[in-house]
Amino acid sequence: MIVNMEQSAPTVAPKRKPVPRHWGEWVIENLIQLAGVSTLIIIGLIFAFLLREGLPAFFEISPATLLGVRWYPIEEMYGLLPLLAGSFIVTIGAVVIALPLGLTTAIYLGEVAPRWQRELLKPLIEMLAGIPSIVLGFLGWVVLAPLIQKAGAPTGLTAFTGSLILAYMSLPTIISISEDALYAVPKEYRDGALAIGATKWQTIWRVVVPAARSGIVIAIMLGIGRAIGETMAVMMVTGNAANIPALGIGMFFQPVRTMTATIAAEMGEVAKGSLHYSTLFAIGIVLFLITFSINSIAGRLVGSQGSRRSGGQL
Amino acid sequence: MSKAVASQISIQDVTYTYADGNDALKHISLDIRSNELFVLFGPARSGKSTLLRLLNRLSDLTEGAQRQGAIYIDGEDIFARGVDVHDLRRRISMVFAIPTPLPGSIRENITYGLRMAGMKETVLLEERVKQSLKQAALWDEVKDRLDSSAFALSGGQKQRLCLARSLALEPEVILLDNPTSGLDPLSTATVEESLQELKQSYTIIMVPHSTQQAARVADRAAFLLDGELVEVGASEQMFMNPKDKRTEDYITGRFG
Repeated sequence: MIVNMEQSAPTVAPKRKPVPRHWGEWVIENLIQLAGVSTLIIIGLIFAFLLREGLPAFFEISPATLLGVRWYPIEEMYGLLPLLAGSFIVTIGAVVIALPLGLTTAIYLGEVAPRWQRELLKPLIEMLAGIPSIVLGFLGWVVLAPLIQKAGAPTGLTAFTGSLILAYMSLPTIISISEDALYAVPKEYRDGALAIGATKWQTIWRVVVPAARSGIVIAIMLGIGRAIGETMAVMMVTGNAANIPALGIGMFFQPVRTMTATIAAEMGEVAKGSLHYSTLFAIGIVLFLITFSINSIAGRLVGSQGSRRSGGQL
Repeated sequence: MSKAVASQISIQDVTYTYADGNDALKHISLDIRSNELFVLFGPARSGKSTLLRLLNRLSDLTEGAQRQGAIYIDGEDIFARGVDVHDLRRRISMVFAIPTPLPGSIRENITYGLRMAGMKETVLLEERVKQSLKQAALWDEVKDRLDSSAFALSGGQKQRLCLARSLALEPEVILLDNPTSGLDPLSTATVEESLQELKQSYTIIMVPHSTQQAARVADRAAFLLDGELVEVGASEQMFMNPKDKRTEDYITGRFG
């Protein structure tokens, strides 16, 4: 055998020609690489464009003005704080509403519900994600706002209305990712807890949920990411008044204006290249940085999750 | 130690059928004496683990399975209406093949079950932590880091932690489902040694890692095959001079 191979090897080697399959492989590899690289390039270009249009605002407007509490572009007052506050309030409200609702739904689906209910509910919840945001905004405007006004708020178009809509929008994300995280908790954890006399609820609350904690945090982060970037629905229902409400529970029941809504509402009316125009891009940069950091924190948590989970296995 | 005479168990004509119609156990009758280390051995899927899980009613969680027959622990029917299953599981404690420390520190892993059982006083809890870790031969290795994560322990330490967690509840019976799988020979020896200590206070039922281990640790043993109880007997007789041909074939390595 060995002798045969040694004899034939030198005679075959010089005659070897490129195998026909080879260049097809080459083309496909490079096409795939091109596709991958182009995504990177496009993202880079978007960011470069954003910087080019937005950076002048940071140089030309004094930091004191940018950190001011008034947003009156016509009078050259470019205070970003009210917009930041608006986005912040609406997002916090959305998280406070969506988190308990989403987490309990996920626990119900993953741990409590009989199989037929799970199979019915899961696709329904995932369908929620497919509702266009404008439709939800419309619902908020027509149904929610009048209800909130009737309940005693000065107007129905408040931060709270926006929070409700956003909470509803981020629920599918929070539910399905938390449920996956709960599902990934090894069965042995449950057995271990049950075997020392834990009830089903104790097992879920003290063992399964803590074990799935990192996945649940990621679900919340992605939910926030979705909420903070949402524009149309929020613009329709939050009243769009760029003021900073006084701290307290009352701030949820006043009209606010978010960063996204500001860009959407004013971009059509500004002169290209003006200071106002560039400030709107500056807001875009701020938003980009916020969502980018939220996503990278979530990404880092995903990364550390694997090692933490495997710690439980052996 | 805590109790001089531990529980005895009587399994009477138990048949257990899974949802797919397969009998996991067929008419099993078996008496387990107090303070003995009883070993259930046999090839894979012979019903050993299923029988263990019936004893503390973890089997309740298997959807669609059917059980016939009765199991008595100290004369009490564990399937009777009104039996508090969580209380039962504290009395009939179980340690699994894969060590399953709960998320949290070493100390929390042990106090967790006690807190659920309603124990609150820190002094008492501390005492139990120390006592149970000593019983599981783990105290000397972890006494200086009780607050560090249980996941930082080695495989053998995790398994002994799970044993300590069960012991902390002061159960009457300890069920061990292949507790030394995945442990190195040294840790295995440590665990086996602690078992000999523990049977002074508890009744222990164990599914062993191997026939050799069964022969090493057992007082009495039962050989299961395809859900049937083939033979029960004292360790020396079972492993040196089995009555049934199938037991002999299995022990001598002709199958399984």
